[in-house]
Amino acid sequence: MKSNPVAPVLRIALYESAGSTPLSAGARTELLKTLLEKGYAVSCIRPGAPVASAFTGDLLVLGQFDSHKPLEAESSDGALSVHFRTITDLSSQQVLELVETVARECNATAPGGWKPWFPVIDYNRCTNCMQCLSFCLFDVYGVNSDGKIRVQKSHNCKTECPACSRVCPEVAILFPKYKAGPINGDEVKQEDLQREKMKVDISALLGGDIYAALRQRSVDAKARFSRERDEKRAIEERKRCLTKLQQALDIPAEVMNALPSLEQIQAKAAAARATAGD
Amino acid sequence: MTKPARILYCHCAFAQVVPTEVKQEVLRRLSESGVAFDAVADLCEMSARRDPGLKQLAGEGSLKIAACFPRAVRGLFIASDAPLPEHGVEILNMRTDSAEQICEALLTVNGKPVAMAEESK
Repeated sequence: MKSNPVAPVLRIALYESAGSTPLSAGARTELLKTLLEKGYAVSCIRPGAPVASAFTGDLLVLGQFDSHKPLEAESSDGALSVHFRTITDLSSQQVLELVETVARECNATAPGGWKPWFPVIDYNRCTNCMQCLSFCLFDVYGVNSDGKIRVQKSHNCKTECPACSRVCPEVAILFPKYKAGPINGDEVKQEDLQREKMKVDISALLGGDIYAALRQRSVDAKARFSRERDEKRAIEERKRCLTKLQQALDIPAEVMNALPSLEQIQAKAAAARATAGD
Repeated sequence: MTKPARILYCHCAFAQVVPTEVKQEVLRRLSESGVAFDAVADLCEMSARRDPGLKQLAGEGSLKIAACFPRAVRGLFIASDAPLPEHGVEILNMRTDSAEQICEALLTVNGKPVAMAEESK
């Protein structure tokens, strides 16, 4: 399950400046790796170097402190709670346990737990054509108050599905964790623009204007249901069409299985039409 | 005196798209370098959460980022309402470059190690 995208997280600073004994290089690397792989961000504070900008929320400061430090402190405005913990003689695993204890005490959400998979819009290429908004059936896209396309529900995106980037005529949608370019953010080359998959047009896929196509599908479906009352047959037809789409756009099977119902698609199309001012 | 570039390292912890040997070597060299840096588990995950830390980093001015494709990194900051400045940001790609190339760019200024360059100011 994907995590709550707005939940607070615990920030960590590894303090190795005045008043503390630096860790050995090996221990520091091991500790960083352990914390990073569990999803924690760590600011490494060293002598003479700039300290990280002011934080808000909860900050856990780890170090081999030379003298006793208070366990907790708070900024004058109360926006930052600082927790000090000494890590002298602790293994990286023991430090991780300590961090997780503090995180629980702060009610901070455990980091990670999902593969962060969602589209990123390259606004240098995007022409605001709204094809992605019309295409995505999971409400990942929305429009801001200026009428500009934006990713509004990134956690709705289906992991490993890059389909919307393939329907974007400008190759303006990328998925940083995708395996290949230009969808992974690699430079867009002329041959990418010419590639047939990159030039897929939803209208072409559906045989004309998408709304007209959806309306027609609705009419056809109603006629079919009233004529035959054969829901099974309608579903089979839909599956055949979707298989074709799946192959063209590299959509994972589990995403296809999670597709919304025809009624939900119609509602989505109506909402998109209203948003686009059609 | 020019403020030294802040260093941001992304561990891309939740996917296997950055070669493990590259990211681990870059992390090891950063850790042993004596310079201050910020290490984040996964920039994508931070962007999805609209982590305010991204805004702080974008406002740092001079910044070197070891992560992935520059187009993706800039997009992730924009998605988090924290666009990176046009100038003063160097994005190094651990998906395509070697650890040696990345560390050279992160840890040297005009051919001198960053730590030494900072001391001589």
